[in-house]
Amino acid sequence: MLGFLARRILIAIPTVILISVFVFTLQKLLPGDPVLAMAGEERDPEVLAFLREKYRLNDPLYMQYFHWIGGVLQGDLGISLRTRQPVLTLIGEKLPVTIQLAVMALIIAVFIGVPTGILSAYRKGTWIDWLANIVALSGLSIPNFWLGIMLILLVSVNLGWLPASGYAPLSEDPLRSIQTMIMPAFVLGTGLAATLMRHTRSAMLGVLKSDYVRTARAKGLNERVVILKHALRNALVPIVTVATLLFGELLAGAVLTEQIFTIPGFGKLVVDAVFNRDYAVVQGIVLCTAVAFIAMNILADAAYRILNPRMRDT
Amino acid sequence: MGKPDLIIETRALRRRFVTHKPLVGAQTEVRAVDGIDLRIRRGETFAIVGESGCGKSTLARLLVRLIDPSEGSVIYDGTDISRISADKMRGLRRDLQFIFQDPFSSLNPRMTVGALVEEPMRAHRIGTRRERRARVAALLERVGLMPEHANRYPHEFSGGQRQRIGIARALASGPKVLIGDEPVSALDVSIQAQVVNILEDLKQEFGLTLIVIAHDLAVIRHMADRVAVMYLGEIVEEAPVAELFTAPRHPYTEALISSIPVPRVGARAGVATIDGEPPNPIAPPPGCRFHPRCPYAQAVCRAERPKLTRGPDARSVACHRHAELSLTGLAPDIAARSPEAEQRFSLYRAARATREGAKPSGSFPQPLTPDKE
Repeated sequence: MLGFLARRILIAIPTVILISVFVFTLQKLLPGDPVLAMAGEERDPEVLAFLREKYRLNDPLYMQYFHWIGGVLQGDLGISLRTRQPVLTLIGEKLPVTIQLAVMALIIAVFIGVPTGILSAYRKGTWIDWLANIVALSGLSIPNFWLGIMLILLVSVNLGWLPASGYAPLSEDPLRSIQTMIMPAFVLGTGLAATLMRHTRSAMLGVLKSDYVRTARAKGLNERVVILKHALRNALVPIVTVATLLFGELLAGAVLTEQIFTIPGFGKLVVDAVFNRDYAVVQGIVLCTAVAFIAMNILADAAYRILNPRMRDT
Repeated sequence: MGKPDLIIETRALRRRFVTHKPLVGAQTEVRAVDGIDLRIRRGETFAIVGESGCGKSTLARLLVRLIDPSEGSVIYDGTDISRISADKMRGLRRDLQFIFQDPFSSLNPRMTVGALVEEPMRAHRIGTRRERRARVAALLERVGLMPEHANRYPHEFSGGQRQRIGIARALASGPKVLIGDEPVSALDVSIQAQVVNILEDLKQEFGLTLIVIAHDLAVIRHMADRVAVMYLGEIVEEAPVAELFTAPRHPYTEALISSIPVPRVGARAGVATIDGEPPNPIAPPPGCRFHPRCPYAQAVCRAERPKLTRGPDARSVACHRHAELSLTGLAPDIAARSPEAEQRFSLYRAARATREGAKPSGSFPQPLTPDKE
């Protein structure tokens, strides 16, 4: 397993380099001038020229890239053109928030989506199946911002159970942190639960028809063991795949949900940075997200190998 | 209660499948098993033979209630298993075990061989953990694998080995009846003989009743005591194996037998064959279901459905004309095996006997200890 992980990480390195090049060039292709955005009302050509020189915007593109990537390798993602804060600090502030939100949302999604999917597959064609599908379809169709607002209205304003917005770091006030995060996590989680439920259902339907499930029944096992041990374990690979992809998306930030619940996560940072042509921040965030995605994929591959002994020889 | 020598009996067993269910109007059904009465004796090897799609797999599954019958009953040792609760049925699965056709798909790929073979014992709370492990090792050895194989996964084995794992699994709970649904048809011919021999040996050793579903007459001829021939959901003939092969009474049986390759010049001359595909089971032909393909069909065959009638000699046949027809079987002098093959089989047996004799006693699966909770 260690050898496998080492191999996978080595393979990931060229991917990361490629992504960094891609991100960097794409940025430069965008219309708009960061210097103008930075200078604001100032239009003095000398000032602009000074700024260009200072941020090396006059250098050839590849020099700019090497300058940037050299910094990145030393843990320096550059300085935000707008706020003058180090990008690493900005990301360091937002990332734990986003990770917490993503983990909570994924837990909620798994706890709703997977059991519903199993039940729906097991009771295929019955009213339970129909109900689960209707709920899933609703989960997919209801926009997050609407569900978020409705939840705030019901749970916070009318019932007063949870704070409507705000954020407390998990390390400082765990209870309040979870209280403020549970609603946004639920909003994000229900949408993902629907996707997970559909995938769980189809994976389980396939497995439930398989011969070894019939064998398990013929052995005289009770249904719980047949479903959970024989069927679910074999259906898990596609479920893990989907869950990983969903988690990766969550890590990139959920702009709308974060806005509604005023959570200081990744989403807002990205949007602000893009609008302000804050190259350094955008590059830093995209690179960070890409690395997170790759890491998630490696973890998923490791999970497959645990789940599926047939993949262990390769 | 059934007669003491009967272990499984079916009465007017029927199973329909809905093939098409329109929003309005009547649904289309296929009668996969259509009124079957079987009487399987304790300790015998009973074979059910027929073409693909004749319903023999459905029948096999009905016998151990892997699927529920639409009508009729299956009586195992005096208990109508088609009427008992799912919970009671689970308990009975200890006695009724199944060997599946496809050794590749019927073993859970995520479980080690040891866990797969042990699981029936765990399900039925047989033995302690240590006893079960020992029995897994003994069973694996018994089917010609090694005890160390318990830690491997099914995909690491060949088809024949996997089928033997399937047999070890089926034997784990100490069954009284073993049903094999085409247990060897997915295997290479050379491996088939090996698996068939293991089944025969185990049957003797554990006093099993063996029910074998097959389309391969050579396998049946080699293994079975009695044979039932199935056509489109019905039994058309039932007889002891030697008599069925030498003197078939149903034209369909004759046709099946005539399709066995005989390694002799002129052996097949003048033998009846059938053409065409079996009819659509959704709309079976009226009268005798075999009449559109039967070379002897007459008016009565097209109009009236023949009943399976038991003759005085313990043979049953469902044919209007069975008394007047004289059908061709295999010449009695064509042995089930060629002398060369017989010699090879005896060598194989001798080799096995010495190998087993050399082993310390006690490595064999012992008769099961009573349940330990």
